Amino acid sequence: MSEIIKVGMADLKVCVSPDAVTTLGLGSCVGIAIRDPITKIGGLAHIMLPDSTQIKNNSNIPKFADTGIVELVRQLVALGANQGRLVAKIAGGAQMFAFQNKSDMVRIGDRNVEATKKKLSELKIPVLAQDTGDSYGRTVVFYPETGDFVIRAVGKEQRVI
Amino acid sequence: MANLDLETVSQEYYDVLKELGNIGAGNATTALAQMLQCKVDMSVPQVRLLNFQDVASLMGGEEQLMAGIYLGVDGDITGSIMFLLEKGSARHLVSKLMGMALEGEDFSEMEMSALQEVGNIITGSYLNSLSSLTGLCVYPTIPSLAVDMAGAILSVPAIEFGTLGDKILLIQTQFFDEIQLDGYFILIPDLESYGKILSSLGIM
Repeated sequence: MSEIIKVGMADLKVCVSPDAVTTLGLGSCVGIAIRDPITKIGGLAHIMLPDSTQIKNNSNIPKFADTGIVELVRQLVALGANQGRLVAKIAGGAQMFAFQNKSDMVRIGDRNVEATKKKLSELKIPVLAQDTGDSYGRTVVFYPETGDFVIRAVGKEQRVI
Repeated sequence: MANLDLETVSQEYYDVLKELGNIGAGNATTALAQMLQCKVDMSVPQVRLLNFQDVASLMGGEEQLMAGIYLGVDGDITGSIMFLLEKGSARHLVSKLMGMALEGEDFSEMEMSALQEVGNIITGSYLNSLSSLTGLCVYPTIPSLAVDMAGAILSVPAIEFGTLGDKILLIQTQFFDEIQLDGYFILIPDLESYGKILSSLGIM
C-alpha cells in the first residue's frame, strides 16, 4: 500500500517508490523534488529562505535552500540513491502580494528559486522542469516512481511537470 | 537589540501584545459595526507563539482558502502586518458591506476592493491602538490583498519571521455578527522595532 508523506514548511522528507511526498500551499517558499530514476528513491524539501549564511539563527537546516538541498541529497544517498544519477524538479517561489515593503524581502520568491538552482548546479543535479514565480500558491505531490511532479493551484487546472 | 530572540520574549511582552490585540480588536469591532451598521461582538483575543506548521493547521489546514491583507508599517517602528480571514467569512463581510449576495465562487474586482477596505479598517484599528499605547508614530502603507491557500499566504510572514527564528507571533480574534468570523492578525516588527515597542512601554 503506497503512502503519501507530508512535508511541512521548513521541512524535508525522503521515500522509496511507490510512496510519494507532498507539501501543501507553497507560497514564496520553494519545493525541491529530487529523485534517483533507477532506484526510485526520491525526496522533497520545502525551503523558506535562500541563504543560511545570511541568518544568525540558522540551526534549522531544512529552512534554507543551501543547507536544505545538501541535507536532502545526504538523506537520499543514505537511503541508497546514487548521487550521480539525481535529477530535480522545482516549484513555488511565488510573490504572493503585489508589493512587499522590506527591501531584502522583495522578490524573496525569486531569490529562493535562484538560490535553489545555484545550489543544485553546484551539486551537478540537473533541473528537469520548474513551475515557479507568478503570484499564486501551489500544492505539490512528487512520485519518485515516475518522477511526476503534480502541481495544484486554486482555480487552475492541475499540471504535471 | 540585535541578539533578541523571539523564543525568549517575556511574559510581560505577551501581556502587552494581548492588551494590544484586545484594544485593536475592540477598535476594529467598533469600526466594523459602523461600516456594516449592525451589532458586532468579539471574543477576547488569544496571543500565541506558534511553529510555522501549526499556524496553518490552526486555520484549518494549509489548503484552507483565506483572504490575507498585508501591509507595511513605517514611522518610529518599521515592519509589516497581516490580517487573515477565512474566505467564507470574507465573503460574508463583503456581501454585508455591499448589501447583496455574492455570485460565483470568486471575488469580483469590486468585491476585492471592498475586502481591501475591510482589511484597511481592521489593520488601521490595530495600528492605532499600537500607536496610542506606545506613543510611537506608526504609518501604514497601502495594503495588498491575496485570496489563496493559507499555507501560501502564511509563507510571507513566516519568511519574515524566519529570519529571526522558527516561530510566528499570532493574535487570534473572533468576531460575531450573525455568524462567527475568525480573524488572525500577525504583527511583524523589525528587530530594532521590538526593542522600541518594549522600551516605550517601559519593559526594557
